[in-house]
Amino acid sequence: MPAPADKPDRIRISGGRVIDPAGGLDAEHDVYIAAGRIAAVGSAPDGFQPDLEIEAGGCIVCPGLIDISARVREPGQEHKATIASESRAAASGGITTLCCPPDTIPVIDTPAVTELIRLRAETTGLTRIVTLGALTRGLAGEQLSEMAALRKAGCIGVSNALQPLANPLILRRAMEYAATFDLTVFLHANDHWLSNRGCAHEGRVATRMGLPGIPEAAETAAVARDLALVQQTGVHAHFCRLTSERAARMVARAQYDGLPVSADVAVPYLYLSEIDISDFNTQCHLIPPLRTVEDRQGLREALRRGTLSAVCSDHQPHEPDAKLGPFPATEPGISGLDTLLPLALQLVHDQVLQLPDLLHRLTRGPAEILGLPGGTLAVGATADICIFDPERTWMLDTTTMRSNGHNTPFMGWEMRGRVIHTLLAGRPVYSLAD
Amino acid sequence: MNLQIDEQGRLRHFLSIDGLNRQLLTEILDTAESFAGVTEQTVKKVPLLRGKTIVNLFFEASTRTRTTFELAAKRLSADVLNINITQSSAVKGETLLDTLRNLEAMHVDMFVVRHSDSGAAHFIASHVAPHVRVINAGDGRHSHPTQAMLDMFTVRRVKGPDFGRLRVAIVGDILHSRVARSQIHALNLLNTGEVRVVAPATLIPAHAESLGVHVYHDLQAGIEGVDVIIMLRLQRERMQGALLPSEHEYYELFGLTNRKLAHAQPDVTVMHPGPINRGVEMDSEVADGPHSVILEQVTHGIAVRMAVMSLAMSSKKDKPE
Repeated sequence: MPAPADKPDRIRISGGRVIDPAGGLDAEHDVYIAAGRIAAVGSAPDGFQPDLEIEAGGCIVCPGLIDISARVREPGQEHKATIASESRAAASGGITTLCCPPDTIPVIDTPAVTELIRLRAETTGLTRIVTLGALTRGLAGEQLSEMAALRKAGCIGVSNALQPLANPLILRRAMEYAATFDLTVFLHANDHWLSNRGCAHEGRVATRMGLPGIPEAAETAAVARDLALVQQTGVHAHFCRLTSERAARMVARAQYDGLPVSADVAVPYLYLSEIDISDFNTQCHLIPPLRTVEDRQGLREALRRGTLSAVCSDHQPHEPDAKLGPFPATEPGISGLDTLLPLALQLVHDQVLQLPDLLHRLTRGPAEILGLPGGTLAVGATADICIFDPERTWMLDTTTMRSNGHNTPFMGWEMRGRVIHTLLAGRPVYSLAD
Repeated sequence: MNLQIDEQGRLRHFLSIDGLNRQLLTEILDTAESFAGVTEQTVKKVPLLRGKTIVNLFFEASTRTRTTFELAAKRLSADVLNINITQSSAVKGETLLDTLRNLEAMHVDMFVVRHSDSGAAHFIASHVAPHVRVINAGDGRHSHPTQAMLDMFTVRRVKGPDFGRLRVAIVGDILHSRVARSQIHALNLLNTGEVRVVAPATLIPAHAESLGVHVYHDLQAGIEGVDVIIMLRLQRERMQGALLPSEHEYYELFGLTNRKLAHAQPDVTVMHPGPINRGVEMDSEVADGPHSVILEQVTHGIAVRMAVMSLAMSSKKDKPE
């Protein structure tokens, strides 16, 4: 690699296996970038003189990953993480766009908060951050938020995050109002009353450990109700973080029936199950909860079939104290930006998905859900690119982890697959050698 | 890694019955038997834990359990400190770990812990200094192992050491009961012939059968032919949700009366961890009747807690002074 120019305008990525799931491309090619966009894939444009050459032999070159749910904790919880710290983690994980749910402090229910986040992200300049606006004011579940204003300010969808709505009528009205402005509603399928302040899947493990349970029906009953309201209102709806095989089947059926619904899964639910909380391991305290081994299998199958069209990190960085306590008293969530790609790649080794199909669910799949133009290497597209070595192994430990939150049950695991370079709009924002 | 057992297979912490083995349970019962004599003498003390400091760390109100732990520690000649941490002190912002570190700095040898969160005792045991021992006096819905052991001790004294020929029914709020969970594990580890749980479906946890019990929703069928009936306390607040319609209906269906008792073995033993709601889960005629061993349970609680404390402390060979 020649010495990089200060602001290389023209880049050639040479010798890599280029996989662009959106365009059905999987071949060894050179990729040419000019002025922040893909100029060509294959043969060089006439007279192309690169300022920077990136050697990608043995590597995969694909669109930058799009993470449909990552909490950056800013504004409001900077003791956990910041936009700067998590942008660094995203860049080193090959993630060029992440979507931030509205449960910041203050909540994203005014244009000011979404503008603040965008400004901080742009100043940091390492990854794109898009936001979901609050579905209801303050996420309190009672009064609709000013969705038109939020949309105008850049929110790409609306959600009530993990907070409950006061009643189904409010959900119906919120869906109707969102549909008016063509906003996708992002739903966390959870019946607040059935969950009853539980902290673990209501099953064998929670029964043995005496942990207050969250029944599968808390998810399926909510999915059934939400689907009925989608049918009623015609809104585009996205189910966030499904955890049960049954819920995934209900969504598959609705998709078959032509309802405008999509769904995603977070990486931890594809590897862990209720069994992992057996020794009160607070790093496996997740909301919604890890369910059974059969559910994990069902989610993998739903991902393979495409019912679940995106895999996300569900990144939730915490300070160490948040996980130090008796299991029910700890804060749920896993810090996942660092492990999104290598853990997802394991699905290829486990023969759940072919590599291009997996990459689709990490790039174009989430882009479509979020209504973003990215997630592709088509000529003219913004050059958000991830270059990774699929075979390189590395250890996840406190020195390799870039996120401020070290809360992960995968600490000490050997990861297979490592990001070598990340480009954001044609600008190198991460190189492993750094 | 099993937190509760050291490299030599001896008891280090006593956190839950789950994770122990029959040999250890039998050792606890045998040791308790040797202490039962002590508590009946005029000089009720042995010097086993002289110079040791034991802290009763109670985050949840308790009279009976705390008192018997205190008595047990004193009869072992230990110094005892009772600390009740109500919610108001938790509001001050001190974390559980801070509380623990502060007490540890006072050179405590053992914590006896009660907490409303399942897993609290495990959490504490995994964070104390290596020479400190932790005894669980009840955590959330998870475990109350000394209660279960004193119940096993009582059963063994009344019915003899062969649990294999016994049928035992546990009646009441299994869902919320740490006592029931510990009893079920203990009975199964001791090879009890059959363990039954009896309650309406609202008070039975999901997949209860996976605990190794047969589930009954009818009291008469559930106690048919059993040798031991363990009645659980029904918390009054359970009446406020949608778990049960009324005390009256619960008593009608699941309250133990002499008439219903006739379905069990003629020499059936009736137990209750206390305190009893008379006229809700059982009639006074049963509680005070010839089959009841409820007060013996309380007495046995001291010997069993002495046994657990002395066993846990005697595994302390690795003590850095």
